[in-house]
Amino acid sequence: MNNAITRTALRSLVWLIYAALGVGIVWGVVHLVQMNGPVYFAQSVIDGLKLGFVYALIALGYTMVYGIVRLINFAHGDVFMVGAFTSFFAITEYGWGFVPAILLAMIVCTLLNVVIERVAYKPLREAPRIAALITAIGVSFFLEYFTALKWVFSADYITYERPFEVIVWNIHGVLITNITVIIVGVTVALLLLLTFITNRTKMGKAMRATANDKAAARLMGINVDGITSLTFAMGAALAGAGGTLYAIAFPQIWTFMGVMPGLKAFIAAVLGGIGNILGAFVGSLLMGTIDVMVVSFVPNGSRLRDMFAFLILIIVFLVKPTGIFGETQIEKV
Amino acid sequence: MKKRAAIPSWVPTLLFAALVFIAVQYASDREIISRYWSQVIVFAAVTSISALGLNLIYGFNGQFSLGQVGFYAIGAYGSALITKDFSKNPWSGDPIGALCWIMAAQIGIVLVLLAFQLLHIGDLNKSLRKTLSRTLKTHEASMICTLVTLVASALILAAGYYATLGLHWVTYRLMSALFTALPANAAKNVNFLLAILNGGTIAALVAYLVGLPLLRLGSDYFGIATLGFAIMVYTALQNSDLVIPTMKGARGMVGIPLYTTWGWAFGALVVCIIVLRNLIRSSQGRAIISVREDEIAARAMGVDVTRQKAVAFTFGALFAGIAGALYAHLYGFLHPSSFNTIKGFDPLIIIVFGGLGSMTGTIMASVGFALLIEGLRVVLPQGFEDWRFVIYPILLLIVMLLRPSGLMGTKEWGWLRAPLPPERDIPVPQRALAAQQTHNHGEEA
Repeated sequence: MNNAITRTALRSLVWLIYAALGVGIVWGVVHLVQMNGPVYFAQSVIDGLKLGFVYALIALGYTMVYGIVRLINFAHGDVFMVGAFTSFFAITEYGWGFVPAILLAMIVCTLLNVVIERVAYKPLREAPRIAALITAIGVSFFLEYFTALKWVFSADYITYERPFEVIVWNIHGVLITNITVIIVGVTVALLLLLTFITNRTKMGKAMRATANDKAAARLMGINVDGITSLTFAMGAALAGAGGTLYAIAFPQIWTFMGVMPGLKAFIAAVLGGIGNILGAFVGSLLMGTIDVMVVSFVPNGSRLRDMFAFLILIIVFLVKPTGIFGETQIEKV
Repeated sequence: MKKRAAIPSWVPTLLFAALVFIAVQYASDREIISRYWSQVIVFAAVTSISALGLNLIYGFNGQFSLGQVGFYAIGAYGSALITKDFSKNPWSGDPIGALCWIMAAQIGIVLVLLAFQLLHIGDLNKSLRKTLSRTLKTHEASMICTLVTLVASALILAAGYYATLGLHWVTYRLMSALFTALPANAAKNVNFLLAILNGGTIAALVAYLVGLPLLRLGSDYFGIATLGFAIMVYTALQNSDLVIPTMKGARGMVGIPLYTTWGWAFGALVVCIIVLRNLIRSSQGRAIISVREDEIAARAMGVDVTRQKAVAFTFGALFAGIAGALYAHLYGFLHPSSFNTIKGFDPLIIIVFGGLGSMTGTIMASVGFALLIEGLRVVLPQGFEDWRFVIYPILLLIVMLLRPSGLMGTKEWGWLRAPLPPERDIPVPQRALAAQQTHNHGEEA
């Protein structure tokens, strides 16, 4: 019959739909920009990226630990909290500068996480995976409630004093503080260091091998237990730095501050494809930006931000269950 | 081979249950235990209903879910909405409005789901795609198919919406007639029963709708997605006053009538146990367990894996909703922080503690959990109450390090005992032996 005509008609319908979709997306972005002006839009993006860089530091620890031992380390967010408190004490009690404070936070978190790994997770290496997960939840509870005791950190909100003056640069109305610059600088430096370690050193090779196949790695003479501890240590160091930076950016700390950023950072790691360092980084930036965008543009956004974060997670899961950079695993019988 | 038992296994179980019921009832009537402690015991029963639901999802079906607390919250708030206005102002105003809306909306959703099933939207999409791809490129064909599917879905949804409006009118007439006919006390109880059932069914419906897409995900991803769902429910509850002012959002919903007694909680627990036990021991239950044991092998044996997952998830959420409804009417006060992430780990901890795939273990662990948390409050000296949640994780750690498979493993007691397959990690000859033994035992029981 009139095959050609039908085809042309359907084709034009398709292109019409495409055009409508394109116009809709462009209109949406333009509308967002125009809603409160381009300066506001740019400011939201900058703030979102700032938050995203902090999330990245936490997410890397999650993703590395998950990559090696397949454990959702729920205590990681609380290690992050301990990092914030350590730097707080270093700065206010002992008057240390920013650099020694962040280094101390990193060291304390590293030691803490290695102890946690040795005491709580290592005995359960051969047990069912759920046992380690429950232990992780237990460690998380312990850190939260123990530090909330009166003679430890107390359960109150504490105002964090920044170790340096805040400088604000005004670039065409967009405000950029030196906090943002420091956060980006520290995160990028640590990320580069991490990438160097995992990709260029023998230790990193051993880590990748362990993540890939534990039994084979052990056969090749790799000290799997040592590598696992090392992974926990590296993740914790990043979390300690993240805690310090988070507290400097949002200067109010309390012992439950790690729960939400921890969960969101984990979600970010999953978003990017868990076990993948680049994925965790990109997922975190995305997560931070979405977080701030929702607060800026959605009515009642500051109250609904967590809902949107997880809604987006679920949508990403439905479209690509392994995350943005995740590889599809083929299940073998 | 074992000897045939002289008494059927349900006799001691029934006796034990009756004894527990009478003992607690007697003790709280005569005030041998204070009102506070009887509330703790009721709370333990309520918790174990929710934990049993999670055990069905995770212990028996193997779907690692962190979303149980979300369904618990949905059940609690849904049922509280029904009873709250009812008790305040029984015969004037709009006492049964919430009940009728919730019922009508549920029937509406079920109708929409049925319409999707009956009209074979998925197959329609597929066949249309096949026809179109003869003349068009693949992406063009899929674009048109998506559009057609969307329009069809929108039409069905609109139809469902108007059906719901009509159903509300019908249910309103029916319920008005029912509640006017009943004496006041009976009306109260009937209303509470309906509230519990509705709390459960809303949670189950939401679970079905959420589970349809999410259950395709792998184990850990499913866990994270359900955690996300629970946090979404929590955030939604905190802001619920934006939509339904009665729910009060972050200020907490007060003035819910205190209907939950030991009798209601125990009755609900018994019903849930019977349903769960019979479900697990049916062929459906064996299919559910087979998904946990090995998904691929189960599929190869002709088990509809997705269906079994959906069934387990929906039933689990139903239990959570029922537990939530009882919880709401136990303290008469609901606050979103009772359903936050930290509380959300409780049922998971309970079922792992008691043993995954053991109903007996779950009930024991629930009672132990409630008594431990409250008992520590009594045992600890003055000024050390904050230590409760420091000691509890330490105990948790010790138990997990000593017994990673939980208190009961997969063992059951009395009537609950079912011919479960043995644990996976025992060596093959023993496994075959154990299978033989449980098989024989199952025939005799």
